[in-house]
Amino acid sequence: MEQYAIEMLHITKRFPGIIANDDITLQLKKGEIHALLGENGAGKSTLMSVLFGLYQPEEGVIKKDGVEVRINNPNDANALGIGMVHQHFKLVECFTVLDNIILGVEPNKMGFLQKKEAREKVLALSEKYGLRVDPDAKIEDITVGMQQRTEILKMLYRDNEILIFDEPTAVLTPQEIAELMQIMKNLSAEGKSILFISHKLNEIMEVADRCTVLRKGKYIGTVNTKDVTAEDLSAMMVGRNVNFHVDKTPAKPGEVVLSIENMTVASKVHKNNAVKNVSLKVRAGEIVCLAGIDGNGQSEFVYGLSGLEPLVSGKITVHGKDMTKASIRERSTVMGISHIPEDRHKHGLVLDYSLEDNLILQTYFSPEFTSKAGFLRRKNIREYANRLIEQYDVRSGQGAVTTARSMSGGNQQKAIIAREIDKAPELLIAVQPTRGLDVGAIEYIHKQLVAQRDAGKAVLLVSLELDEVMDVPDRILVMYEGEIVGELDPKKTTQEELGLYMAGAKRDEVKA
Amino acid sequence: MKKALKNPGVQAFVASVICILLGLLIGYIVLLFINPEGAAESILNVIKNFFTWSKPKTQLKQFGNTLSKTMPLLMCSLSILFAYKVGLFNIGAAGQYVAGACACLYAALAWGWGWLPCMLFAILAGGVLGAVVGILKSYCNVNEVISGIMLNWISLYTANTILAKVKEVASPYTMYITDMNPSALLPNLGLDKLFGNNKYVTLAVPLALVIAIAVSVILSRTKLGYELKATGNNKNAAKYAGMKENQNIILTLVIAGGLAGLGAAMLYLTGYMRWECTQSSVPGMGFNGIAAAFLGGLNPIGAIFASFFIQHITDGGQYVNTNFYSSQISDLISSVIIYLCGFVLFIKITMNKAITRNEEKAAQKLKASDAKAEKGGVQ
Repeated sequence: MEQYAIEMLHITKRFPGIIANDDITLQLKKGEIHALLGENGAGKSTLMSVLFGLYQPEEGVIKKDGVEVRINNPNDANALGIGMVHQHFKLVECFTVLDNIILGVEPNKMGFLQKKEAREKVLALSEKYGLRVDPDAKIEDITVGMQQRTEILKMLYRDNEILIFDEPTAVLTPQEIAELMQIMKNLSAEGKSILFISHKLNEIMEVADRCTVLRKGKYIGTVNTKDVTAEDLSAMMVGRNVNFHVDKTPAKPGEVVLSIENMTVASKVHKNNAVKNVSLKVRAGEIVCLAGIDGNGQSEFVYGLSGLEPLVSGKITVHGKDMTKASIRERSTVMGISHIPEDRHKHGLVLDYSLEDNLILQTYFSPEFTSKAGFLRRKNIREYANRLIEQYDVRSGQGAVTTARSMSGGNQQKAIIAREIDKAPELLIAVQPTRGLDVGAIEYIHKQLVAQRDAGKAVLLVSLELDEVMDVPDRILVMYEGEIVGELDPKKTTQEELGLYMAGAKRDEVKA
Repeated sequence: MKKALKNPGVQAFVASVICILLGLLIGYIVLLFINPEGAAESILNVIKNFFTWSKPKTQLKQFGNTLSKTMPLLMCSLSILFAYKVGLFNIGAAGQYVAGACACLYAALAWGWGWLPCMLFAILAGGVLGAVVGILKSYCNVNEVISGIMLNWISLYTANTILAKVKEVASPYTMYITDMNPSALLPNLGLDKLFGNNKYVTLAVPLALVIAIAVSVILSRTKLGYELKATGNNKNAAKYAGMKENQNIILTLVIAGGLAGLGAAMLYLTGYMRWECTQSSVPGMGFNGIAAAFLGGLNPIGAIFASFFIQHITDGGQYVNTNFYSSQISDLISSVIIYLCGFVLFIKITMNKAITRNEEKAAQKLKASDAKAEKGGVQ
């Protein structure tokens, strides 16, 4: 009989109105790398929450080494040797690497910390598995890759045998990803069992031994990665063959719409400028993508461009008109800029407002929606909202009066896109427009962006997703530490080359 | 029944009633502890308030007193709920109320102004104080609760100092407007006749009701309300939509301050009360306004009823039997009830949780039985 490190058998977990996990079985062999594949909303997170005791399943059992166990809370999971690296790291920024590793299990004598032995153990572990870290560096000063290695060391320090990686590559450069893959292989060679949650097929094909696929809360199957192709996995995940490539005709760039000269924007978190001397142009009828790893100044660049933050220096013109000092409202109305913001909950929506009130967020003051006396024209607002809801297929429980908070992420994003595109902008700024959405919604949004381009609008896409960066735009500009370090043609470049620019290993002089 | 309980309006009402009952119960228990003999009678008197009197005419007159004091409380609660809708906790309403009192009394007694300019001056004074809080909040990021509380004390002692110039020689109270400048008294509009010749029932009553309705309309139906609520709900989204969120915050506090200032004019310009220039605590009106705003479910129309109820209880406190209790017991009982009124939100949330939990259970049962039925069908 096969030895399983952990088994989750026939797990069913229901929430009101939805079955999040429907008879799911996941068996992790000792020393294997097992991938868990599924779209957003497929039930991966719920399954992991069940494993960590955050939810109790209605049906099904969990077995460790063949023995049935009950996991009532995360402490039980820890005691069973289950550890997890979360997608968003759980580290104390102002603590050192070592302090973070021992956090919660501090070796002490009568309350006094005994860091020396802890340090030795950490150094031994990092040597053994090739996890390069500096134990005395503060988390806020080290790279994302090193932060992730700190998280891995946290699990190893606690002698965890079952290691779960939740979308570990989302924040890494291609080079760091390759390094992580090697680390995972080392860990499994040393007998650790690894559960690798991902929706990136090529990574799964490269590193995993077996793969379990979930779709819409249902168990689809478990396969040996050696026996299948990436296309097979994708069909299992989505339930149909997906066209990964965005269909589009060659761009026909027209006149310059947006021109930025030497833009510099201050950072809110450190003393240096987040955006340094950036110059670029976006023409009508083209999609330009600003690519880069998260936190390299893209957000601040957009804040400066949309007027949310003031510029330190530089000049922005739209259709030749200077708008450096224009207010946010002027940029939106006079200059014709639409902005799909990075964080739909922070900027894009008033969550406690109804859908219709959110759909007029950029235009509520126009004569169509506000009478001369300052009263809202509710009837017009309702009609307008219903038109957008139909045209952009925004789905919600109660239509125009649904509270935005109760809508799904994909439909919230569709509402924002409907609002911003329906303004008939000259320039559309889309910042991570597909973040956290499922494949269907992503396809839809990419089509909308291309449609805007084909209608002769200028589109500036800011993205962290490599696939999106390669597929959607006509031109790629790579941002690294607040500067544009390269201009690439998506048809001619490779992900590897892009990664070198994103990691700052390669740079060209780029002229706007 | 279940469906009705999900309606937010019904929920707010039920929660408010639960709070009131709890407050009365705890008040009763407090009385029992102090002296069980007069407890039942006293708590009933608190509830009855003016009905304690036997003659209908006296009842009517006392009702008028409660009504005329309800209006300033209503204005304070409107001040608080208006700011609250914009995400601000205007605890400075108490100080804005003091500033309004100071302005209208001084203008009436020292300068001999008529009632309308006096009232406008009170609005201005409250508004200016609100603006100070707003400017500190939006440009210096000073929390409005901190600056509001500090300004409450500053305005109290400033008012004491200024109004000492128009006080009676022999007492710490300001002079009677009735004697010094009757033109500053709010017109009765014949309402006094309706309340047994209670001359304190004035224009303030209909005016306050109209303003409550106006606040409701502004919040729900105008562009201004849309902007202000958006700013309160999500400052970042408001900024993203090109709203001037700093100006909105200042404007909100100016309006809130003006409402509280007007509230003071509605009380002091009736001549019902005079200012005591030696008082060392901020009048409770502004703070009671917080309770009234929450008890009213943060709805301007709800605030009308909530304000009346709180004033009713406060006035009822004077009918506690003083043979059994010291005279301060009236304040204690009304404050216990008012304190419980602040629990409306808590009760609402608890109610909601219970409802969703029940629904979940019901849904699961339904599913389980469905599943059984399905299995049965297949076999």
